[in-house]
Amino acid sequence: MTAVKWHIICLIITGVSLYLISCNRKPGSSDQQEYKKAIQIKGSDTMVNLVQAWAEEFISNHPDVNLGITGGGSGTGIAALLNHSCDITMSSRSIEEKEMEEAEANNIHPVEFIVGLDGLIIIVNNENPVIELDLDQVRDIFLGRIDNWKNTGGYNSKIVILSRESNSGTYTFFKERVLKRGNKNSKEEFSPHALLMPSSQAIVNEISQNPHAIGYVGMGYAHARVKSLKLKDTSKPADADPVAPTIDNVLNGSYPISRPLFLYTNGEPSGNIKVFIDFALSERGQIIVRETDFVPIK
Amino acid sequence: MKKIFTFIKDFLIERIIFLCGILAIIFVFLIFLFLLNQGISFFGAYSLWDFLGGKFWYPASDPPQFGILSLVIGSLFVTIQAALISIPLGVMTALFIAEIAPPVIKDILKSVVELLAAIPSVVIGFIGMITLVPLVRKLFNIPTGLSSFSGALMLAFMAMPTIVSISEDAIRSVPWSYKEGAIALGATRWQTMYRIILPASLPGIMGAVMLGMGRVIGETMAVMMITGNAAHIPSSVFDPVRTMTATIAAEMGETVKGSTHYHSLFAIGLVLFIITFIINFIADTFMRKTRR
Repeated sequence: MTAVKWHIICLIITGVSLYLISCNRKPGSSDQQEYKKAIQIKGSDTMVNLVQAWAEEFISNHPDVNLGITGGGSGTGIAALLNHSCDITMSSRSIEEKEMEEAEANNIHPVEFIVGLDGLIIIVNNENPVIELDLDQVRDIFLGRIDNWKNTGGYNSKIVILSRESNSGTYTFFKERVLKRGNKNSKEEFSPHALLMPSSQAIVNEISQNPHAIGYVGMGYAHARVKSLKLKDTSKPADADPVAPTIDNVLNGSYPISRPLFLYTNGEPSGNIKVFIDFALSERGQIIVRETDFVPIK
Repeated sequence: MKKIFTFIKDFLIERIIFLCGILAIIFVFLIFLFLLNQGISFFGAYSLWDFLGGKFWYPASDPPQFGILSLVIGSLFVTIQAALISIPLGVMTALFIAEIAPPVIKDILKSVVELLAAIPSVVIGFIGMITLVPLVRKLFNIPTGLSSFSGALMLAFMAMPTIVSISEDAIRSVPWSYKEGAIALGATRWQTMYRIILPASLPGIMGAVMLGMGRVIGETMAVMMITGNAAHIPSSVFDPVRTMTATIAAEMGETVKGSTHYHSLFAIGLVLFIITFIINFIADTFMRKTRR
């Protein structure tokens, strides 16, 4: 019994001393609102790797700044900006009108920065013999109209559709661009048989071990364990070559599914938030964009 | 003087304990009220019949569809499969621990089973996603291993500790005189277990099973990672399903506070609350029977 008591006392002492130490390290910085020491960044899962790469380099130059980066999806990030629970939102889609109204109602003024471009890649298992699809085929697969690989030149097996959850910017972008073809009144929906995966990494994992699966992820998730398909734009002449998802093809606009990547702040950024965004847009920041398999804007 | 002090101390401690006990009830009640309040306002914007009977769940579309039939069926489907796997396994483990195992093995088994309960569900989900899902796909030669069957296997593991430890208590509480009577009549060990001990402890075992199922139907993380989350009505155990809990967890972060989608998730929570309430109520009724 006494042994237990001693354990508890030791635990309390350790806890209290740890707390005191941590207090000492972070002196109250109420006078330094302008130069916030802790910046919360939240949003698109697609951009997490990119922003993390920026953050690593940024922190080595500004060791006193603390960056907290979490994913969850663009919708989650924008919701967080509206709830004051983050300073910078990463988003792979532009803010919607409805969200903008919501923001103004909450006295928040989102400011938009385009920090890079992303191509969505359609990925399949390495054992899948299919190497290219046209956009109509991709659409019909995800709508559930084509449900067997043999209809697209593959083996005779059922197609397993992998999608992201509806809170993902990638989901919204794919639906608008590929399923609805930019037509706002279109009623096209993902097949109800589509498996909704909690993250892009989960899609890559499942596809790397399942030869029947197809999915879409940002270019940053291209990986040797999965195969990215070449795509043919059906609005172009029939003899046009299918286009591989490379940085050059996104930059020259020939790859059909690409999108801008955004950072949002509340009002014009100042202090360390501004320093961070300037860094992201700087030459070095844009080199990191290319290194993480996205497309720089400059 | 000392007497008065003891009296006051007793009085205070009694009140504090009373307060703690009452708090639990108040919290449950408040949670229910909150759910009801948030969930009910959903039905102003969407019909109850379309909600309960609709097959399609497209909350982010225009116009949105909030049919939870496939989600309810998904949850129940996974739960029933998990029950079919975990009940025989769990009850037999409990019988073995309580009646057959020698003391050393008994101690080891008991603590290991209880350790099973300590594994966080996200870990179970992750292990399932990496090991079980590919295995199930290859073993049964199905399009994807992300299916209700894989989910049920993992959930059965999670229900086991509850079922085993409560069943074991019920089995051990069967009076010695019952067993002595059976053995005196010349029954073998198996006959005693099968004819006397199991029937005598059945209400307790049923209670254990219902509590285990309550845990399964409320489980979120593991099912979200393993069952594939396709919101359609499954036609076989190898079809992917989407459960109510996974839907709430996956979509809560994204919704704009106060929107119809936001309230619809509370309405799902309400349905889930009612289902688990019924399960717990049944469990409680059975448990009470054992005590008598």
